[in-house]
Amino acid sequence: MSQSDKINTPQTVTKTTGRVIRPVAVSRARQNSFARRTFFGFTLLPVFLILIVTIALLVRSWPILNAYPLSDLLFGDVWKPTDGQFGFRPFILGTFWVTVVGVVLSVPPCLLASIYLAEYAHARLRSIAKPVLDLLAAIPPVVYGVWGLLAIVPFVDKVLAPLSDRWLGSVSIFAVNQPTGFGILAAGLVLAVMIAPLIISVMYEIFSTVPNDLRHASLAVGATQWQTIRNIVLPQVAPGILAAIVLGASRALGETIAVLMVVGNIPQIPTSIFDSAYPLPALIANNYGEMMSIPLYDAALLSAALVLLVVILIFNILSIIILQRMMRQKWAS
Amino acid sequence: MDAHIQVKNLNVYYGKQQALKDVNIEIPKNQITVIMGPSGCGKTTLLKTFNRFLELSDGTQLTGEVLVDGQNIYGREVDVTEVRKVVGLLAQRPSPLPMSIYDNVAYGMHIHKMKKDRKEYKDAVRHYLEIAGLWEEVHKRLHDPATSLSIGQQQRLCLARGLAVEPVIILGDEPTSALDPISSQNIESRLLDLKQQYTTVIVTHTLRQAKRLADYVIYMYLGEVIEAAPAHEVFTNPQHERTKQYLEGLF
Repeated sequence: MSQSDKINTPQTVTKTTGRVIRPVAVSRARQNSFARRTFFGFTLLPVFLILIVTIALLVRSWPILNAYPLSDLLFGDVWKPTDGQFGFRPFILGTFWVTVVGVVLSVPPCLLASIYLAEYAHARLRSIAKPVLDLLAAIPPVVYGVWGLLAIVPFVDKVLAPLSDRWLGSVSIFAVNQPTGFGILAAGLVLAVMIAPLIISVMYEIFSTVPNDLRHASLAVGATQWQTIRNIVLPQVAPGILAAIVLGASRALGETIAVLMVVGNIPQIPTSIFDSAYPLPALIANNYGEMMSIPLYDAALLSAALVLLVVILIFNILSIIILQRMMRQKWAS
Repeated sequence: MDAHIQVKNLNVYYGKQQALKDVNIEIPKNQITVIMGPSGCGKTTLLKTFNRFLELSDGTQLTGEVLVDGQNIYGREVDVTEVRKVVGLLAQRPSPLPMSIYDNVAYGMHIHKMKKDRKEYKDAVRHYLEIAGLWEEVHKRLHDPATSLSIGQQQRLCLARGLAVEPVIILGDEPTSALDPISSQNIESRLLDLKQQYTTVIVTHTLRQAKRLADYVIYMYLGEVIEAAPAHEVFTNPQHERTKQYLEGLF
């Protein structure tokens, strides 16, 4: 009561009006704009980092890009740095095989799981499943590598390889040429599990962009849930599913430690999923810092890193563009 | 009264909150029944129990019976998709499926494999677009996306889509609330035309619409049915104080 009286007295009114600019206000505004600029700078940092890393890799790999035509590097079959032969083809193909096997193994179960979570599951199950998936994503890659060594490699060696040899041996991509268990299939299995949480959570988000009105419109004429998913939901989310797969693939492309522990690391052109391979990240991780006296070796490894970076950037940018477009539709509707 | 839908001892809960309290009503055949009442009184909840849409949201519980033609649609042996085929729904906002105008109407018929060949589908699509009063406007662009229609046309398309699976009951959840006056009038006259063949149940917010459409009125308040009687009785001589107040616009 007494306070409101005070505010209404003419004295206080004249105190606050007529003085738009006070010294205190100026300094507060300055602090604010300083804070804003600082935060902005730190927000921009990642963008600069990507640029700096790319440029640094380009500069450091320049000697070898200068010495050999790009096609010789990318498509050369022979990797003998001591003889000055730097063919990346075995490594690029190794990366490709491991990634494709990982994605092919991972996508079907992930798609089914995300459909279940997004379309069928009750809220309670969802609230349990999502943290568990996040937990799966939090397991360190080296642990996945150890698991691969102890469980997957023997499993491939003792179970899958004999089975494949017996039933599919005549198909060249399933032929067992190097019966050790270490190889593309083992790496693909480990990768499939590692990228699953990412793929499932992105796919789940994608499904949630479909407005419920559409589902209800379909259910209202007596469609089953599965008919609604197949006819209405899946066609709507197809591009997003693709984006989720590409995102998973880019994660698989870059995975290093878990893969190099189980893939065998033999620089050869793989012809079967049971062959050993030597993907690019493993090449870089295994060799950088050793034998650096060999001419151009450093530049060769860094150009491998550059290739990897560029491919992963392209994959990521593509999928982000698709996903953002879908999210925008979600908010627009 | 020739009851088409009978509701017996119906209670609905959202979690712990009770949304419908011991509802017992009968809905007459081949008439328009209008469910009225203030916001949050359970109108839409009651409507959604008729096509089992309530179970689409998590945490709803239901006790009691809803009988359509004497059969409890919540019975164990009942196939929910059959219920929804028999009881069509016109939603609050028109929701054309992301496909062509033609495919929207044919959608439900395909789902239930109701026709034998392309020609039968074509004829049926035309038939239901005519009933919905949309044929003249769209027959030259049947294969355009349904979203290219105006919002009023979209709602008539949804009506055609619903009728195409040959329901016997049409539910309308404030079916004109998103539409402009002329489109609303258009939908209303469709519903009046159709009431000879279909039992229609409409939820509405607007008293004037209720007066224009209703043969039978259900007035609800806080999850309870306060009054259910033929329209002329309710509008001229409401039995309950609450109904009277509502009709006089007191709340």
